[in-house]
Amino acid sequence: MLVYILKRLLGIIPTLLIIITISYFLIRMAPGGPFDLDQTLPPEIQASLEAKYHFDKPLPVQFGYYIADLMRGDFGPSFQYNNYSVTELIMQGFPISLQLGLSAILLALIIGCGAGMVAAYRQNSRYDYILMSIAMLGISIPNFVMAPILILLLAVLLPVFPAGGWDDGSLMNQVLPVVALALPQIAYIARITRGSMLDVLRTGYIRTAFSKGLPTHIILLRHALKPALLPVVSYLGPAIAGIITGSVVIEQIFGIPGLGRYFVQGALNRDYTLVMGVVVFYGVLIVLLNLLVDLVYGLLDPQIRLGAQSSD
Amino acid sequence: MQRMRCFVNSFIILVASVLPVPGYAEDRLQVLHRGNGSEPQSLDPHKSEGVPSANIQRDLFEGLISEAANGDLEPGVAKSWTMSADGRVYTFKLRQDAKWSNGDLVTAYDFVYSWRRIVDPKTGSYYSQTLAPIKNAEAIIQGKARPDSLGVRALSSTVLKVTLKGPTPYFLGLLTHSSTYPVHRASLQKHGDRFTRPGNLVSNGAYQLSEWAVQSHILLERNPHYWNNAKTQIDRVYFHPVENISSELKRYRAGELDITENVPISQMGWIRENLREELRIAPYLGVYYLGYNLTRAPFKDNLKLRQALSMVINREVLTDKILKTGDLPAYSWVPPGVANYSSIEYDWKSQPFKQRVLEAQRLYQEAGYSKANPFTVELRYNTSENHKKIALVIAAMWKQHLGVKTRLYNEEWKVFLANRKAMKVTQVFRSGWIADYNDAYSFAELLHSQHGVNDMGYTSAEYDRLLAQSAMQLDQTKRRQILQQAERHLLNDYAFIPIYHYVSKHLVKPYVGGYEDNIMDHHYTRHLFIKPH
Repeated sequence: MLVYILKRLLGIIPTLLIIITISYFLIRMAPGGPFDLDQTLPPEIQASLEAKYHFDKPLPVQFGYYIADLMRGDFGPSFQYNNYSVTELIMQGFPISLQLGLSAILLALIIGCGAGMVAAYRQNSRYDYILMSIAMLGISIPNFVMAPILILLLAVLLPVFPAGGWDDGSLMNQVLPVVALALPQIAYIARITRGSMLDVLRTGYIRTAFSKGLPTHIILLRHALKPALLPVVSYLGPAIAGIITGSVVIEQIFGIPGLGRYFVQGALNRDYTLVMGVVVFYGVLIVLLNLLVDLVYGLLDPQIRLGAQSSD
Repeated sequence: MQRMRCFVNSFIILVASVLPVPGYAEDRLQVLHRGNGSEPQSLDPHKSEGVPSANIQRDLFEGLISEAANGDLEPGVAKSWTMSADGRVYTFKLRQDAKWSNGDLVTAYDFVYSWRRIVDPKTGSYYSQTLAPIKNAEAIIQGKARPDSLGVRALSSTVLKVTLKGPTPYFLGLLTHSSTYPVHRASLQKHGDRFTRPGNLVSNGAYQLSEWAVQSHILLERNPHYWNNAKTQIDRVYFHPVENISSELKRYRAGELDITENVPISQMGWIRENLREELRIAPYLGVYYLGYNLTRAPFKDNLKLRQALSMVINREVLTDKILKTGDLPAYSWVPPGVANYSSIEYDWKSQPFKQRVLEAQRLYQEAGYSKANPFTVELRYNTSENHKKIALVIAAMWKQHLGVKTRLYNEEWKVFLANRKAMKVTQVFRSGWIADYNDAYSFAELLHSQHGVNDMGYTSAEYDRLLAQSAMQLDQTKRRQILQQAERHLLNDYAFIPIYHYVSKHLVKPYVGGYEDNIMDHHYTRHLFIKPH
């Protein structure tokens, strides 16, 4: 097991190198630069700024500088927010994005799995239809539509929650963004759970459990849930990564100081170091999350033995 | 059902009791929440660009000259000043009670140090050109002279002598610009790039920095050492970066913001109906225009075509029927309301529109185009709903009145800027210009053949000569006449199509007092107060 984890961790290095190289040259290929502004800078000032950031050297040399800095864990200074280093910006923004994302996933898991189970157990009943119709609605309404509706209803017309802002992560400020982020995930998870639960409920051992008279909730929660969750778990890896990185829109709408906003802002401003920093950071995060999902998979499903040699 | 309703009610009561009631606990403190567009680039007045940074710096710092609530110039750190007879030497007398937020005195030496820092190319300041009228400034910016050769000298700790390279009638106005604010030398040398952090930043304005949570808020608190602190009423001011304008409106409606930085155009109708009293629209120093690329075909040496395209655009339809934001139809380059100036406008403005179209059709034909042989053009704009809307309407007007075929190109901002500057692929492009100081020259200079943002590639020896002449003229009336002559020359060359003059748009809560519209759209927090409500 340990050897397996080590092997996977080593495998991350070339993956990351490829990500870094491709994104570095891609963003540099985009026309315009961080110091191209509405106004024109005097040439000496432009030169002085470029020299400060090694822009006067050939691109491969700049890449060399970047990798060398990266090895020391230094993401460099931000071009746009010149009072802050990229590392500082990531360290300020990430905990907020993470907290938001994990709360949303947790909420989605609890409600989504519950709804999926009920729908599967009462297949083709009106509960099933109602729950799945709502799920369909949740999937089809994008969160940039849902978020303003939530704000209008629960912050402006009925002023229960704040309309935006973070306020150092106070609970009230978190409710609306977490709900807006979780809604589509609830829908997905409910549909996945329902589908796999239906398969599990048709298997022999579940029928046996029913026929020997075990209480329904024991059968559902103790025997059926674990195998039914496997597809949900494999969905969770990319979903968590997606929800943490993909909260860009929600962070914009609610004015939350998370990491997602830097992605878009950084790219538009040609803030090379900031974009690269966020890409590298998310790259590591996604690779690690995938590893984690594989490990959890091994724990849930005895048929998968991680790192074991095949016998044939 | 009854139980359900009871549950909902108690939930609302529970939630409401947990919610902080704004202003309740801080009854005696005056707290203001301002929407501020995007996250400020920096709080270093010499190394930042953009409105959000300047808004905050105006509260944190104070230059030699300041502004009243209505935008009139008033003494800042300088208590008084004199100008030499030839207009080239200014002597400023500084207040003896002007202090930094740590209690140090603000001295003439601070200004000498700060202004040398701005023009030093090593600093990499975006606004070094603001000080270009000062003697030797341009040579220093170009790396040809040492920063200490700048024409600024401290005669004593309270007397500052500034020598200009020529008379500059708008020089005092320039000194309200945030890039001319002083910085505190000792803390800058101690903390380097981190001197703008809370705890490190020493400022000389009405406020000092208390908190800076990136992308969340910046909190300023009253500077007890500020010379006019007794007159300051707001104790705390929060600047919230809210890029999404619709979100800003919602937060304003929810009572979380007292002043917005912008107003969503798409909801203008609703706002006019429901928030009429709180909507503040005022003329602003800016022009929205379409530029021609004059360095290449089809517009190079094709005056008649350029004139025809300008004449058939019905600006009133655009501003009143399409935009509905209160922007003013433009027939001139310099906007109305600029100090000591009145704009020159196209003569055909007063003609009935039908007659204008006939005239334009004649010019169009003389340029060699007709219904059978229509002119095809590319119109470029940077990606935005508004620019797209305007481009579509203009293309439709060209089509309807002249039969011109227009292809619309939208480009992401940085790509668009690069293309505009290169002047290779552009034909007609959308642009806007917001002045840095309240003087007609700040518009006129853009079309100077050597100006960095002259993306039309307009060159006219006569125009350059008129500008140079205006810069040497001390008499306000004569200077105005020269600049008007220059504007007329410019308009007749049809280097661009003026579309509309900007207005500033804000929502201001009725309980915010001291707020006055002004053409610079500068609203210092120290002029504001919260009325009991």
